[in-house]
This record gives sequence, structure tokens and C-alpha cells, in this order.
Amino acid sequence: MTVVEAVNLSKRYGRTWALRGVNLVIEEGMVVGLLGPNGSGKSTFLRLLAGLSHPSGGEVKVLGERPGLATKKQVAFVPEIDHLYRWMRVRDTLDFQAGFYADFDPARGEELLTFMNLDPGARVYNLSKGQRARLKLMLALARQARLVLLDEPFSGIDPPSRERILQGILMAYRQDRTVIISTHLVGEVEKLFDQVVFLSQGEVFLAGEAESLRAERGKSIDEIFREEYR
Amino acid sequence: MPHFDESRPIYLQIVDWICRRVARGELAPGARLPSLRDLAQELAVNPNTVQHAYQELERQGIAFTKRGQGTFISESPDPVGSLRQRLAEQAAEAYLKEIANLGLSFREGLDLLAEKIKERGVSN
Repeated sequence: MTVVEAVNLSKRYGRTWALRGVNLVIEEGMVVGLLGPNGSGKSTFLRLLAGLSHPSGGEVKVLGERPGLATKKQVAFVPEIDHLYRWMRVRDTLDFQAGFYADFDPARGEELLTFMNLDPGARVYNLSKGQRARLKLMLALARQARLVLLDEPFSGIDPPSRERILQGILMAYRQDRTVIISTHLVGEVEKLFDQVVFLSQGEVFLAGEAESLRAERGKSIDEIFREEYR
Repeated sequence: MPHFDESRPIYLQIVDWICRRVARGELAPGARLPSLRDLAQELAVNPNTVQHAYQELERQGIAFTKRGQGTFISESPDPVGSLRQRLAEQAAEAYLKEIANLGLSFREGLDLLAEKIKERGVSN
């Protein structure tokens, strides 16, 4: 089934077009890499899918509907910024998330907490950047959400945390779950992707199956990325 | 664990890796392959990639899937023998290609090989 369908999707902030005429279809169960440098429209696209902002033109459908209250229950969005209350203990953030989202699975939460090597008693403000990134991700993955949107989950994160995050994403993989990951770091994580979408200045200029692109060009996604954005 | 060259499709490299393990006897005929999820995590690749690799192994008759039970290495026709043969042929091709790249004749390549074998004192 189609999970995301964007038709001529555009978003303007003031006089700047953050997204221009994006056409994209994403099927269920795919892990999609949304690739591009800063300012290419990756976050804007994810925010539109999450229902946090609205299109200036064109249309986007998530699970067959326009993003809104109904889709938000099935979509987990992890922003790049820190959105957690700093005074909370790790354990509290799980309860908080469970209170917000009916699909939060506490057993899964415990499992992921252990896997992410996080101390339930620690205060959020005492966590390192990598630990906070792991916590944010874990809170989203413990939901039963059909669509998971991760905005730059690897950015500014030390390699061990990055590895954990990658493994966490794989651990939470389900056939009925679609994951879209925006990143400007491609090399270490490209094995995660079924599909890649290259954005530049708000436009999609290359999209396809990662394995097909490798076979056609005899290059890694990282190499293609570096060439395209040179 | 294999080291992937990301400029080639990952699933084909998983296929090669499993074939090599079968040829070396590390995976016996009838052996059960790890679940998609387990192997995906071990190799840090997408589970769909592992599935693609398993499908390719099935297509080549090297593995088969029992519904609900997993994917297994075939017991017949002798996958070990045929894979050994296939991998040996690939190695031979690679050697000949390298010899040609170096501007040597195949005759010279063959002589060099014979010499190396003699050095090792192997008679058969």
C-alpha cells in the first residue's frame, strides 16, 4: 500500500520556496533515505508529512489522508532539535510519551531503553548529545506508528551512538512500518536504505532504489551523493 | 562477517558471502539460515536487502524456503561441490583478467602458476 503520496508539493516561507513541485510515492515497509545538504528542503518535507506545517501548493497524503489529527496518531516524528523536557528523568519521558500516544508500547519501550543503554534514573539535562539522540529515537520507535520520520538522527552524534541508532532502527523494523530518514551523512548509513531521494534547493532531482542505483552506476550512494552535490 | 563494497548491490555480496561459506563447509547442506531480522542486524543492512539475497539464493537453487520455518541450504544437487566449482572458476577468471591487465600472455600466466605450485612442493 502507498504510505506517502506527494503531488506537485510545494512550501513557501515568505519569498523563499523551501519545497518546489515534489512528486513522490513511498510504499509500505520501505526505509527511505532523504538526502541533501542543509537547506535542501528535507526538514520541510518531513514536517509536511508530520502535519506540523501545511503545503503552499500541491498536495500530500499520508496513509491515504491529508496530514492531520487522524494521521498524527500513526506517524512518529523525531525532530532534529531537542524537544524533551530537560528536568525529566529518562523514565518520566517514557510515561510522558505513553500519555501522549495511545500506541506507545511500554514493553517495547523497556526493551529499547536497555538496548540504547540508557539509565532510566538519569536526568535529561545530564545526558550527552548522543544519549539524548538515542532517547528521542527510542521514544518514537516504541510506538506502533506506521510511519516514522527521523530528521537528521545521525547529525553531530559520536560514532558509537550512531551505530546504536542504526541498530535500533533495524531492530524496530516491521513490514508494515515505513521509515523516512533525512540525512546529509550518507556513507555509514546507506546500507539502511531501500530507496533514496536526493533533494536540492527544494526539488527532487534523483529518486530510486538504492540497489538499482548501485548496479546502474557502479557507485555507492555516498559516491553518487558527493558527485551530485559537488 | 563480510566487508561490503557499497559500490555494488549489497544483496549480491550477501549471496556471494553465503555461497563462500557453503563452499568452505561452514554452512552444511540442510542448514538453516538466520532469520531476515537477525542477519539484517548482524550485517547492519536493511531486512529487505537480506530478503532479496535469500530470494536470489533460492532462484539459483542454493537455498529453499519452508513456509513459516525459514530458509535452508539445499541438500541436492550437491551445493557444496557446485559452489566450489563456481567460486574456483571465478577465481580463475579473475587471475586471467589480471594477467591480461599486466600485459602478459596466458601462456606466461600458466607457466607462472605451474611454477608457484612447484614452489609449494605440491605434486597432485
